[in-house]
Amino acid sequence: MKLSRRTFFKLGGAAGAMTIAAAPRAVGASPTAIPGAGMKAVLVDTTKCAGCRACEAACAEANRLAEPAMAGDERVFTTRRVTDQRTFTVVNRFERGGADTRFVKRQCMHCVEPACASACLARALDKTPSGPVVYHPERCLGCRYCMVACPFDVPKYEYESASPFVRKCTFCAERQVKGLEPACTSACPTGALTFGTRAALLDEAKRRIYDRDSKYVPHIYGEEEAGGTSWMYISDRPLDELGFKGGVPTVAYSSLAQPALAAVPFIITLWPPLLMGLYSFSQRRAQAEAEADAHEEVPHA
Amino acid sequence: MRSSAQTMTPQASWFSEKILMGLTPRAYVRSLFTPFDLIAGLILAVGIPVIIYRFAFGLGAATNLTQETPWGIWIGFDMLCGVALAAGGFSIASTVYIFGLKDFHPIVRPAVLTAFLGYLFAVLGLMCDLGRPWNLPIPMIYSFGTTSVMFEVGWCVMLYTTVLALEFSPALFEWLGIGEGIRRLIVKATIGLTVAAVLLSTLHQSSLGALFLMAPTKIHPLWYSPFIPAYFFISAIGAGLSMVIVESSLSHRAFQGRADHEVNLDRVAIGLARAAAVVLFAYFFLKLQGVADGGHWALLATPMGYWFLFEVLGFVLVPSLLFAHGARTRNTRLIKWTAAWTVLGAVVNRLNVSVIAFNWNIEHHYVPSWMEVVTTLTLVTTGVLCFRWTVNRMPILRELPQYRDEH
Repeated sequence: MKLSRRTFFKLGGAAGAMTIAAAPRAVGASPTAIPGAGMKAVLVDTTKCAGCRACEAACAEANRLAEPAMAGDERVFTTRRVTDQRTFTVVNRFERGGADTRFVKRQCMHCVEPACASACLARALDKTPSGPVVYHPERCLGCRYCMVACPFDVPKYEYESASPFVRKCTFCAERQVKGLEPACTSACPTGALTFGTRAALLDEAKRRIYDRDSKYVPHIYGEEEAGGTSWMYISDRPLDELGFKGGVPTVAYSSLAQPALAAVPFIITLWPPLLMGLYSFSQRRAQAEAEADAHEEVPHA
Repeated sequence: MRSSAQTMTPQASWFSEKILMGLTPRAYVRSLFTPFDLIAGLILAVGIPVIIYRFAFGLGAATNLTQETPWGIWIGFDMLCGVALAAGGFSIASTVYIFGLKDFHPIVRPAVLTAFLGYLFAVLGLMCDLGRPWNLPIPMIYSFGTTSVMFEVGWCVMLYTTVLALEFSPALFEWLGIGEGIRRLIVKATIGLTVAAVLLSTLHQSSLGALFLMAPTKIHPLWYSPFIPAYFFISAIGAGLSMVIVESSLSHRAFQGRADHEVNLDRVAIGLARAAAVVLFAYFFLKLQGVADGGHWALLATPMGYWFLFEVLGFVLVPSLLFAHGARTRNTRLIKWTAAWTVLGAVVNRLNVSVIAFNWNIEHHYVPSWMEVVTTLTLVTTGVLCFRWTVNRMPILRELPQYRDEH
């Protein structure tokens, strides 16, 4: 067969179109697919944080919380602080041999598939498609299973109240709806916090790690932890030196309870016929025994 | 029944006959001055104000719960142990009605009553623990968290408590002498109710364990296992059977005048011990399999490992062998003490998973406040008082002659 120039382009175009049409499916099925790729996320570069705590102040203002403790006082760093029901984010200082300090901001990690949301029986905690894990206080029963489930100990409870709520960082979901950045990232003066989509930030994190003169540890905390989180950290120190919990499973937490929940339909459909079968067996046995007894009694009668 | 009572005491009102058990009000009050009642009264006198205090001032004022330890003994004991020890209800009902072992028929009603009260007070304990208990209808009516094991537990506990109430209700109708039509309908539905009881119990007994699947980094590896739903289900059966042995021997002693004397309790206890021995033995091997599966053998040589071994050997393997020995030698004394020990073992296990091995390695480990302990004691005491009140009045340990031929 003689290929004309025109036919060649036709065939080539068709093949190309087919490749393009098939491409998205191929990417989606590939093992390198990024969970929550399009969700909003933050990359925290701990080498760039100066410990100014502007993020804490901005957070308190945006969420109408009390002013951060010991604002402007360096002595705040002498104790290791954690977030609580009135403080959604904290910056801690980590030192090596009394010097060479690093600062780490902590807040809700906004998991791609959050443990808290999959643990909540009333959907009071919910993952929004755009990224933030939000709380609907009017649905909350106060069972605190979210606190049991969260691998990062983020949800905090208003134990002091007789009508308590769960409190945690909201990723400034309301600001994001208006097209604004979260208060903390927009307040950061050093570029330690970068706001963007998860896929783009993972690329950026890898670019920094694999740069020629890179000092970074080759680990993006949050890339795989708990199945992936929207807040991700890179550092030039091993992350367990900076207060990060090791040993967090790399699977989404919803998958941990999945086998137990998957068994429910089977138990519901299989138990009744099985039990009814056993029941009819025991009925028949009792009947047979009664008949045997009756037979034995006949000669005596 | 009513006419015979009336011929005995012609002026007896419904109230004095049914509620005061035929005593005059003065004699009834006097009958309450026993050491048991005084202790119970003392507990309630402290406990009820404590519960009011908890609702007025919040969980922080009444409990030692923290941000790191969101669940204390109200979940670990009231809820988990209350439900596990109530597993005798579905175990005995299915033994009698589904497997047709009629020997156990005399203990169905006390087992069902124990289960019903167990669930009722587990739910009341949960109410104390929930921060906003008034929102309980939300996951039931419109906001379904179907990805949550807690959602399944909530639904199953609600449905099963209803099933237990229905299973128990014939005794109530017989006592009141009313609602004969409804009573007969419920008795006819016995098999259906029993199947529902087994189904719902399988689901939520195991799901109470599955709740803890979400805390792999917080629970000590010896207690965290993918098998934990199976552990909870099987150990609940062992604990439930033991609870029935304990409860039936205690109540037949305490309520001699209210019990049928022709019931051979020793035979029942030996039968239950045989079943409990097998169940506990299977549970023991499953526990070993969990250690092997997780590759945690080395952890057994740590302080938490000794505690784990004490639980698994002392509260599972040893009672399993003692039950078997007691059943073989027909030693009911041994069986009863073993049953009490196994009940304690179930409590230890549930507290281990939910409280002791939970965040075992944090700096300030949770210890319950005195108000948490008093609240729990109050709920248990009220449960025992309800049990006594019911057994004293309703046909639980005995059968009324007119219903004797029904089964």
